Amino acid sequence: MTFQDLLRADLRLVTEMIPHGSRVLDLGCGDGSLMAHLRDEKGCTVRGIDLSPEDIASALGRGLSVVQADLDAGLTGYADGSFDYVVLSQTLQVVRRPAFVLGEMLRVGQRGVVTFPNFGHWRVRGYLALRGRMPVSRSIPFSWYDTPNIHHTTVTDFRDFVAANGGAIEREVPLVTREWAGQIRRVHIWPNLFADTAVALVKRAHVRGA
Amino acid sequence: MSEVTASGPHVLELAGGLDLASGRRLEHVQIAYETFGELDAERANAILVCHALSGDAHVAAGPDRFGEERPGWWDPVVGPGKAIDTEKYFVICSNVLGGCSGTTGPGSADPGTNAPYGLRFPLVTIEDMVDAQAALLDHLGIGRLACVAGGSMGGMQAVAWARRYPERVVSVAAIATTWRLAAQSIAFNEVGRTAILGDSAFMEGDYYEQGQPRHGLAVARMIGHITYLSDDSMRHKFGRRLRERAEHAFEFVTEFEVESYLAYQGRKFVERFDANTYLYMTKAMDYFDLSSGHATLAEALAGIRSRFLVLSFSSDWLFPTYQARELVDALKAADAEVSFAEVPSPYGHDAFLLEPEQQRQYLEPFLARIVSEERERARQPAAVGGGVPS
Repeated sequence: MTFQDLLRADLRLVTEMIPHGSRVLDLGCGDGSLMAHLRDEKGCTVRGIDLSPEDIASALGRGLSVVQADLDAGLTGYADGSFDYVVLSQTLQVVRRPAFVLGEMLRVGQRGVVTFPNFGHWRVRGYLALRGRMPVSRSIPFSWYDTPNIHHTTVTDFRDFVAANGGAIEREVPLVTREWAGQIRRVHIWPNLFADTAVALVKRAHVRGA
Repeated sequence: MSEVTASGPHVLELAGGLDLASGRRLEHVQIAYETFGELDAERANAILVCHALSGDAHVAAGPDRFGEERPGWWDPVVGPGKAIDTEKYFVICSNVLGGCSGTTGPGSADPGTNAPYGLRFPLVTIEDMVDAQAALLDHLGIGRLACVAGGSMGGMQAVAWARRYPERVVSVAAIATTWRLAAQSIAFNEVGRTAILGDSAFMEGDYYEQGQPRHGLAVARMIGHITYLSDDSMRHKFGRRLRERAEHAFEFVTEFEVESYLAYQGRKFVERFDANTYLYMTKAMDYFDLSSGHATLAEALAGIRSRFLVLSFSSDWLFPTYQARELVDALKAADAEVSFAEVPSPYGHDAFLLEPEQQRQYLEPFLARIVSEERERARQPAAVGGGVPS
């Protein structure tokens, strides 16, 4: 099993989107798996932000630089455009101010890479429609009252959200990540219904040809 | 280059004196230091620990400079198997310039008169302390430090190291510290100094024959201790409990537990610490500004290669988290490698002495990685730089 295989499915796709030698800021970087991969395999310069002491400690052990910070407080310190890519994986749904966080991503980065669970997936829709209860699934494994996920979105809603907040989606990759362990499959038909996760490459709307 | 000294307390007579930030010069400088553990073959595992206002070279357990076995001032963090593991790392700690625990300071004899300097001792800065430490490392033959670590005033020295000797400092662990004091902290320092200067026993600093201004120094220490604690820790530690009585005495005697604690801390302090050194240390802290000479801190830190670990404590109101974040943000803006965490703790500023496990969580992996990278680097035949400047 290669290191690539150990990365979470959506993160593998993120690494494919980021060119060799890029400067990358990983928001909600966890234990630094993605950062270490980008540094060691793709020669990237990486920085991270996370809240968890355990994750920061793990990242330190990998020689990574991670700052404990609340994304809702903004990306203070980082100069405008100081990164090529700012990654926000599976974290958009937990922030209090998604629009502000997206704005900060596009301020300090040339491009943002956002991965998020798709609340429009057929299982989620079916769960709510048939059971009349807030969906609990493998990708959304929390009861409504104790979930950290306070801003669920769908593939379609995300497009509107980016457009309404000064961004433009450069590339969108809807995925099914749950069918086979460790395997991901791209969704080509009706992504808002069949993708359980999406990865989007976002840039500032007013930047032309960047 | 001399051989690295065996573990234990030592004194170095600094040949060549020391030029100070004030423009003055000390011809005769003596540095008291202790080392723990062994320097590895690659000289990649040296860690300098810098002490805080009232500290000394005795950072970990062992015989002190008087040959007495006692625990170190950072015993929970430095020692065999501790976060800064003396079985793995070569740890050096020296008493700061201007100190009163073996290194030249205001209580030392002025070679011109053979009497103690007193206030004729030149004001020293954090950078002067760092220069004295650098001279010590030259003597020990240590070019690069895997890490400079320190809390409080020790943290100021650690960050000053990275700016002053960037090529010698692989990493910095800056704990419960700041890049410059805010008005509130300068204010507390000034109250302490005023207590010392206003003591009739102070005698313009020439009190060494008659005995030092005990009352003033004790008051300064009491104020210090209040700033090292927190509302929370005081409520839990003392509450409103009375000591050895059930009723109020209706007299001006020590009644509350907290009064007794402060009185005890004051009494204990005057037995071991010099009032003049207290003046000099607090002044050095007040003067310290890591951004000095530049418009912004980020500008001052531009090009810094050292890797930083910055830790603050949630209830520390003397060196609050927002100041640590200012340092972290400036390091980010300067594109330095910086990691940061705020450690949750009720113990106020003292938390850096009282929360070993939470510090270990970060220090241990940070240091292990740095030292392994340094060893790797030392083994590269092409490794250049990092030698002792001749």
